[in-house]
Amino acid sequence: MATLPSVKNILVLDSEGKRVAVKYYTDDWPSVSSKLAFEKSVFTKTMKINARNEADIVMFDGHIVIFKFIQDLHFFVTGGDDENELILASVLQGFFDAVGTILRNNVEKRTALENLDLIYLCLDEVVDGGMILETDASVIADKVSSASGLEAMAPFSEQTLSQAFAVAREHFARSLLK
Amino acid sequence: MAQPMLKKDDDRDDEVDYHPFFGIEKGAVLQEARVFNDPQIDPRRCSQVITKVLYILNQGDTLTQIEGTEVFFSVTKLFQSKDPGLRRMMYLMIKELSPSAGEVIMVTSSLMKDMNSKTDMYRANAIRVLSRIIDGTILAQIERYLKQAIVDKNPVVASAALVSGIHLLQTSPEVVKRWSNEVQEAVQSRASLVQFHALALLYQIRQHDRLAVTKLVTSLTKGSVRSPLAQCLLIRYASQVIRESGANQAGERPHFDYLESCLRHKAEMVILEAARAITELSGVTSRELTPAITVLQLFLSSSKPVLRFAAVRTLNKVAMTHPLAVTNCNIDMESLISDSNRSIATLAITTLLKTGNESSVDRLMKQITNFMADIADEFKIVVVDAIRSLCLKFPLKYRSLMNFLSNILREEGGFEYKKAIVDSIVTLIRDIPEAKEIGLFHLCEFIEDCEFTYLSTQILHLMGNEGPRTSDPSKYIRYVYNRVILENATVRAAAVSTLAKFGALVDSLKPRIFVLLRRCLFDSDDEVRDRATLYLKVLGGEAVVGETEKETNEFLFGSFDIPLVNLEASLKNYEPSETPFDISSVPREVRSQPLAEKKAAGKKPTGPAGPTSGPVVSAIDAYEKSLSSIPEFAAFGKLFKSSAPVELTEAETEYAVSVVKHIYDGHVILQFNCSNTIPEQLLENVTVLIDASEAEDFAEVYTKPLRSLPYDSPGQTFVAFEKPDGVPAVGKFSNILKFIVKEVDPASGEVEEDGVEDEYQLEELEVTYADYMLKVPVSNFRNAWEGMDPESERVDEYGLGARESLAEAVNAVISILGMHPCEGTEVVANNSRSHTCLLSGVFIGNVKVLVRLSFGISGPKEVAMKLAVRSDDPDVSDRIHEVVASG
Repeated sequence: MATLPSVKNILVLDSEGKRVAVKYYTDDWPSVSSKLAFEKSVFTKTMKINARNEADIVMFDGHIVIFKFIQDLHFFVTGGDDENELILASVLQGFFDAVGTILRNNVEKRTALENLDLIYLCLDEVVDGGMILETDASVIADKVSSASGLEAMAPFSEQTLSQAFAVAREHFARSLLK
Repeated sequence: MAQPMLKKDDDRDDEVDYHPFFGIEKGAVLQEARVFNDPQIDPRRCSQVITKVLYILNQGDTLTQIEGTEVFFSVTKLFQSKDPGLRRMMYLMIKELSPSAGEVIMVTSSLMKDMNSKTDMYRANAIRVLSRIIDGTILAQIERYLKQAIVDKNPVVASAALVSGIHLLQTSPEVVKRWSNEVQEAVQSRASLVQFHALALLYQIRQHDRLAVTKLVTSLTKGSVRSPLAQCLLIRYASQVIRESGANQAGERPHFDYLESCLRHKAEMVILEAARAITELSGVTSRELTPAITVLQLFLSSSKPVLRFAAVRTLNKVAMTHPLAVTNCNIDMESLISDSNRSIATLAITTLLKTGNESSVDRLMKQITNFMADIADEFKIVVVDAIRSLCLKFPLKYRSLMNFLSNILREEGGFEYKKAIVDSIVTLIRDIPEAKEIGLFHLCEFIEDCEFTYLSTQILHLMGNEGPRTSDPSKYIRYVYNRVILENATVRAAAVSTLAKFGALVDSLKPRIFVLLRRCLFDSDDEVRDRATLYLKVLGGEAVVGETEKETNEFLFGSFDIPLVNLEASLKNYEPSETPFDISSVPREVRSQPLAEKKAAGKKPTGPAGPTSGPVVSAIDAYEKSLSSIPEFAAFGKLFKSSAPVELTEAETEYAVSVVKHIYDGHVILQFNCSNTIPEQLLENVTVLIDASEAEDFAEVYTKPLRSLPYDSPGQTFVAFEKPDGVPAVGKFSNILKFIVKEVDPASGEVEEDGVEDEYQLEELEVTYADYMLKVPVSNFRNAWEGMDPESERVDEYGLGARESLAEAVNAVISILGMHPCEGTEVVANNSRSHTCLLSGVFIGNVKVLVRLSFGISGPKEVAMKLAVRSDDPDVSDRIHEVVASG
């Protein structure tokens, strides 16, 4: 039977491998201790890898884990070993960028914990019960921001767009002055 | 809370551990949760408290049932608030608490109201929450709204409804199936994720209707799918359709053009999905593979690790079946050996080892040596496995490969890793005669400094068996005796046994061995002393066991063929009395393992492991052991060959039966592996009734029934035939499984007294010439060929008729002959018009056979073949021709 692309878990750990926010979608890890054991082995297997510019990948125990780090935060997305790696990578990228937008590119443990409600909402908008719900970071960030009473301000994605325009304008003006 | 705090505290460095949840405690938070009950709801504060509860749950803490209920009820009060942020957190909270059925009723009406709200965000989330917590009866009430939501113009709402549909399909399929029309409409949505979710749901609704799936795929592959994710799904469904149609249809595959067109898609995930789908097609041709390999090759040099990994992993799999198709990527692959991602590097190496030719082996080994030092043990094991299969493929290269193995054996490493290396060396010693002495020597070096008792004893045992038969046995003695001086008691005892074997088998060494054994009499361990005493007495002729020297050796060194479990059971039952314990009274029948356990063990490791040849060889040993333990078969002599199991039943029938053909000089034993898949039945007195009227040379001599065959616990029944000595008799057998059925109550396990006789038709089985041919590799085909008497050569030409491809024809002939392809010649190069294949084997009666096959293919796929056979016995050469002529 052809299967649906599915995500087994999404993890956000800190630089010591402790949980910041995690979400499990399957019962591959039935108990809290097995979850923690998985997190520990994922963390130790990947901690030395420099996954700050590009997402990297590791495969073990029949799982594929795609991961990306920023500051003191480690992001992981796990899928089965027959999963399309690039689909999992798009989930990670969508989640990662959405968190970046929500935290206004100040992604580190402290801000993440201070805005933990938004991180939880973000997790909720990326994957629903293992099914990929949305992978477009700006859509995810908009959904989270509209929910959290921030719609009074410009939505995040639009704001970044208007910033982009501002930069472009500046460049344009400078090139005219030359 | 809602606003990111960008201001940094100045004194932050002093309080490294500070964060908003530092020192948070469940009891205190639950106290705080009372704020939900306030008549004046403070949304901001309530949101904060919900976040705290979620944090506690997320950290792995749990609420007791009472705590959960209490929190749940207070949370439901918050529906009075109109604050959207708070509402969103409430949804999250309700999902996380997963309320019981009684509690669900409290929130359904509020959620149903939200489902019909004007705010899209409320609608979408209320749907997702409801679908997660409701049961069938409430589903009936909201079904109407869900159907509407599927075709909602807001994509978020539509996706929420569709995803909920996928979840609900598990519990209430009959309801969800009624939404087919709406889902179909949603497939045409312009929103990409809606399309993806709708396609997934539509397929799941129809997945059991093969025709409907085919129609779905046919209509969508014409090009209305835009979303990359949906495209990936469609590729999976299309390959499903190909798989199901492929079996009964030759020529052009349906939907192949679609898969190929996806290789040009702009999204990389679609390209990968399509490439992988093509490589996994059953019986994929090299023409079909080429475009997929080309795109994967481009991925190999991508800057993204994930992309490189995906590509190299796929190519690695292709290399197992189509090594030549991957050779084009070898240069890109070699640059990946130094990839910073070790998974990628390992996969690249093992792929290269599979695709490499003889001339590139040395260069590869050099590169791998540099690489081995800095990878984890689990990857090293994969590499060692790959090297072992490479060495079996190119036996001439044993010297450099053996050197490599011995070098890494000296490096640091854990037990599993060392064991994999030792196992590999042992395999090479067994399969490549020239490698034996070097291999033994390396193992000797290794046990000089080996920290693993298990490995030391295994190696000592092997040396006892192989060492005396080498050209200069005396050089091993020093290594063995060093163990007696330096190691722990277990190793010392093993070393004493090994010494004794040298003494027993090599007369010239006997006096010197005795000197050494006598020294062991003063060992501090009793087992070591006992062994030394026993060997000294028996070998010295002081104590007499058996009449001939052979019997003495059999007594001392014969294999212990009684299952340990049975011995343990018998010893427990033995009561001390006048009559001594008689070891021959221990039953030798191996009690069958429960099926479930076997399945778990048989599950293939899912890492990037290469195929291993180990278990195949040991299977024969295991068969020989289990067969010789049955007294009726013990007189048949030495087992010549055991075939691989052949299924005699379709998959998933009531009884699963497979047969293994055991060939002896004058006998054939058919071993039927039966398993019972019905929990309500117990089968007794299981036999296979064989009609051998189409097998004239065979006469049935003995049937060994299987006394009882409970559910899920396989067992064996045997039928033995006599045939003329040394003659490769062939024939067809038709089989019926006969047994007595007894009803079993699966709950209590009680068996009814009375049984009914019944029978079950099995498929026919055939004994062919290939069953009399052992696959035995030769290390240098040319030398071996020239070493054979040219007089024994028989040459003839055959027309094989129209064939699908040259490779198919080559494989067909190899499988008819059942011989071992040498030097990798079983692989046919892409698009080549001719091919030479070298085969070796041993025919029954220990006749060495070498075959040289030359194939040519003409325009309309007509294949012609020239067959040249040389063997120790010209009659056998003739017989090989008969086999081909009749096949």
